Amino acid sequence: MTMINLIIDGKSVTVPENTSILDAAKSINVDIPTLCYFPDQNIKGNCRVCIVEVKGSRTFSVACSTPVSEGMEIRTWSENIMNARRTIVQLMLANHDEDCNTCIKNGSCELQDLVQKLNIQQDNPFRKVLDTKKIDTSTPSLVRNANKCIKCGRCVDMCQETQQVGVLFDAYRGINSEIVAGMGKYLNDAGCILCGQCSTVCPVAAIYENDETERVWQAIFDPNKHVIVQAAPAIRVSIAEEFGMPAGTITIGQLAAALRRLGFDDIFDTNFAADLTIMEEGHELLERLQNGGTLPMITSCSPGWINFIEQYYPELLPHLSTCKSPQQMFGAIAKTYYAEKIGLEPGNIFVVSIMPCTAKKYESARPEMNSSSVRDVDVSLTTREFARMIRQAGINFASLPEESFDNPLGISTGAGAIFGATGGVMEAALRTVYEVVTGNTLQSLNFSEIRGLKGVKESSVNMNGDTLKVAAAHGIANAKKLLELIKDGAADYQFIEIMACPGGCIGGGGQPYRTTNQIRQQRIDAIYKVDESMPLRKSHENPAVQTLYKEFLEHPLSEKSHKLLHTEYKNRRY
Amino acid sequence: MADLILQRLTKHCGNIDPYDIDDYTAAGGFKALTKALLLMKPQEIIDETKASKLVGRGGAAFPTGAKMQMVHDAPNNIKYVICNADEGEPGTFKDRYLMESDPYQIVESIIIAGYAVKAQKAYIYIRGEYDKAIALIKNAIERTRETGYLGKNILRQRFNFDIEVRTGAGAYICGEEFALIESLEGKSGRPRYKPPYPPIAGLWDCPTLINNVETLANLPYIVLNGGKEFRSVGTDSSSGTKLICLSGNIINKGVFEVPFGITLRDIIYSIGQGIPNDKELKMIQIGGASGSCIPPSMLDIKLDLADMRQHDLSPGSGAIIAFDNTRCVIDIVKSLLRFFAHESCGKCTPCREGNPQLYNIINDFSNGTATVDNYKALDSLTQTMQQAALCGLGQASPMPVVSTLRYFKEEYDMHLSGNCPAGICSLDGGQAK
Repeated sequence: MTMINLIIDGKSVTVPENTSILDAAKSINVDIPTLCYFPDQNIKGNCRVCIVEVKGSRTFSVACSTPVSEGMEIRTWSENIMNARRTIVQLMLANHDEDCNTCIKNGSCELQDLVQKLNIQQDNPFRKVLDTKKIDTSTPSLVRNANKCIKCGRCVDMCQETQQVGVLFDAYRGINSEIVAGMGKYLNDAGCILCGQCSTVCPVAAIYENDETERVWQAIFDPNKHVIVQAAPAIRVSIAEEFGMPAGTITIGQLAAALRRLGFDDIFDTNFAADLTIMEEGHELLERLQNGGTLPMITSCSPGWINFIEQYYPELLPHLSTCKSPQQMFGAIAKTYYAEKIGLEPGNIFVVSIMPCTAKKYESARPEMNSSSVRDVDVSLTTREFARMIRQAGINFASLPEESFDNPLGISTGAGAIFGATGGVMEAALRTVYEVVTGNTLQSLNFSEIRGLKGVKESSVNMNGDTLKVAAAHGIANAKKLLELIKDGAADYQFIEIMACPGGCIGGGGQPYRTTNQIRQQRIDAIYKVDESMPLRKSHENPAVQTLYKEFLEHPLSEKSHKLLHTEYKNRRY
Repeated sequence: MADLILQRLTKHCGNIDPYDIDDYTAAGGFKALTKALLLMKPQEIIDETKASKLVGRGGAAFPTGAKMQMVHDAPNNIKYVICNADEGEPGTFKDRYLMESDPYQIVESIIIAGYAVKAQKAYIYIRGEYDKAIALIKNAIERTRETGYLGKNILRQRFNFDIEVRTGAGAYICGEEFALIESLEGKSGRPRYKPPYPPIAGLWDCPTLINNVETLANLPYIVLNGGKEFRSVGTDSSSGTKLICLSGNIINKGVFEVPFGITLRDIIYSIGQGIPNDKELKMIQIGGASGSCIPPSMLDIKLDLADMRQHDLSPGSGAIIAFDNTRCVIDIVKSLLRFFAHESCGKCTPCREGNPQLYNIINDFSNGTATVDNYKALDSLTQTMQQAALCGLGQASPMPVVSTLRYFKEEYDMHLSGNCPAGICSLDGGQAK
């Protein structure tokens, strides 16, 4: 590796070639402010906030996009830089809706942070040039407010490069520049899959989750409603970040305690429904293997993924497992089996789910998701909305005691927990399918080759002489590779797991803002720690699931199961 | 006058049928190509170009030989040549003249450049409005291919090369090299950040020689006569000839090939024959819409890179626009800024947001709402744009403001106190639209 010597603010620095000025400065603890820059994304170099002076250069250099060179002399702070950075941010503000007090990003806005960091107190010398546009509330998942947009391009990079869905892109030019969905359409008409990854990288409030906390409070405060909450696997390894704790902090007990303090009547766990999903999906796979069903079978728990295949690869819909997602299985069971148990009508029960996901909002609102005779899941909140409720209620999350989920729908196994990470559904399924088919106990429960952030992962397991070949992909760009293989007839797998979001649900579009790959890895590590700490780690050993079958469903793929736990998909080709 | 106008690049212009390849050949066309391919190694062509001290004629004045060397040396098998014929700079129409009057010379030049940098393919990106130039260049490429100077094993050498015409759709920004490359790649024309520069990672990330039409048109002369002979015209800092485009309030408008080193006064009063209608010259703008605006007192400055640089000037594209004393400086600057605000691609903050704000501030002067605070805002905004914008558009668009503030400050002050000396600005407090 060639090393480059340069001088930053009078200090000698030696870094590998191709290091950016930004990273070289970071290595000596000089933090150059940035805005369009986002880790793991392509360098954009368009906001011009990270400008620095390079000796001998007529213009500023941009720290994020300029690689270091031998003998470079850089200044990261001068009167000139101060004035230019201030002017650049003032220019942005003059074209930005500045109703900061009531903005959803108030306190978590990177533009606001920048104004503060750059100590901009002066009146803006530039005239307001904002051309107010209509706010896009066309989907139940995401809100687009172009009046907030600063054209940094992070959402475009996410939608086009990481996800390769290609809904968001730059349009028009000059002051009329806009980031548009489709050909200037509303999101619901633009082929958006509602994964919400754009909303996790937006520095301002140009695209964000549709906040439904008010509806949840109304239900909680309604004495005639029995309000049940379920928390998704990924929440327990991410909610702590909302309260200043490091990524990967596990807070299962505080999560349950917080939900109880908020006033929910039953504190249940989506992990229970994840175990249930494995029972149904595992048996569906076995049924397809035995009866010549469509293979490879593909998982169906990620609603962003469902939105993708329905709109872009509808010809492959027969490959999808008919299993509903754990969220929807939970809702259906809560409003039937559990409703009977507590003697309530489904209409008097209000089911809230806490999800790492924006697409879950759309999924819960799908008209067919009413197996209980009413809407099975009433509101699906993201991690970020959940955190807002905790703050709103004055709960000090970090100091909460560790409490437990309620019985019976709060009982789960480690297999349910790992649903939150890419490869986890597959691993959970293999643990169960292997033991159901062979009757033997697995020697090792860990299928490490399908864990982690590699785009497409493969594994195989030998069951009584037959080899089951499986694959897992996360992020739509990776999913597309497997779909193209299937179309070409070259996918030599029987079972495939696909998650719409990079890293799986732990990297979901509803997770705390600004998820990076480093944070994804930390959450993944945490979720496998949760798995290992569980006394039971196989879905079929979940006693509450066993009881559910005994008392209510009879057996996997039963008639009742089909009615409550399975669904059909639509060709919605875009 | 005779020594003020030369005919190196323009020697065939008007003397041959631009459609007819035989006309061109009979006039000595393709001699340079033949010499280059049969008698010279690529490096020798580059060495002669370096010796000629030719610099880019599009505006940035980068040494052409050095650029060719970078592409030649870049470790990649696939390389491209791009001829930038997206001539969009207001007041500039020299490339059009070359393409319409002597298209075969451009084709020959591109082939020589391709041979020198070891490229296999060239694109000529022509401004969409240039219908005639597009037709003539396409015809020239066809005829040249039929003759065997394009295609496989040109002149039976191990050199395969072809040229394709692409046209722009009217965006000024596509004259910027990376915006042009993005446009060629089928994307919207938005510049990329630099480095890397096109010679390292240009079209489809391959090493790319991208040069202005006029720059390339110098290559046949250099190949035939050598770099030293090329320098027989011009000055120490600026060798050869330059095409200039005279327009505005001037009698003799048009394209003229002149040697570097003549004065601006020669250009305005000898070549341009002065100002029509017995008016006086008030201001000239040099280099295009983003060029400096200077008063008549500076006309003794030479058309010479070094001399002009001393005065913060640049010949730019070669456009020279004259304004007589009935014109209002504020009004002129305002219309230039409207152009830049319209043509900004919108990618970087200083240009996207800065140009409309510059326009707003200048508009305040013209409608009588400006205060002394406007000067401060102009100062910080122009400095920020010049130093922080991503590409040449945003870096250069403040130049008319900066230069008129320097040389015509009194006109700003007069507007501030409610007086437009030319009687053009409404100064009505922004009442009239």
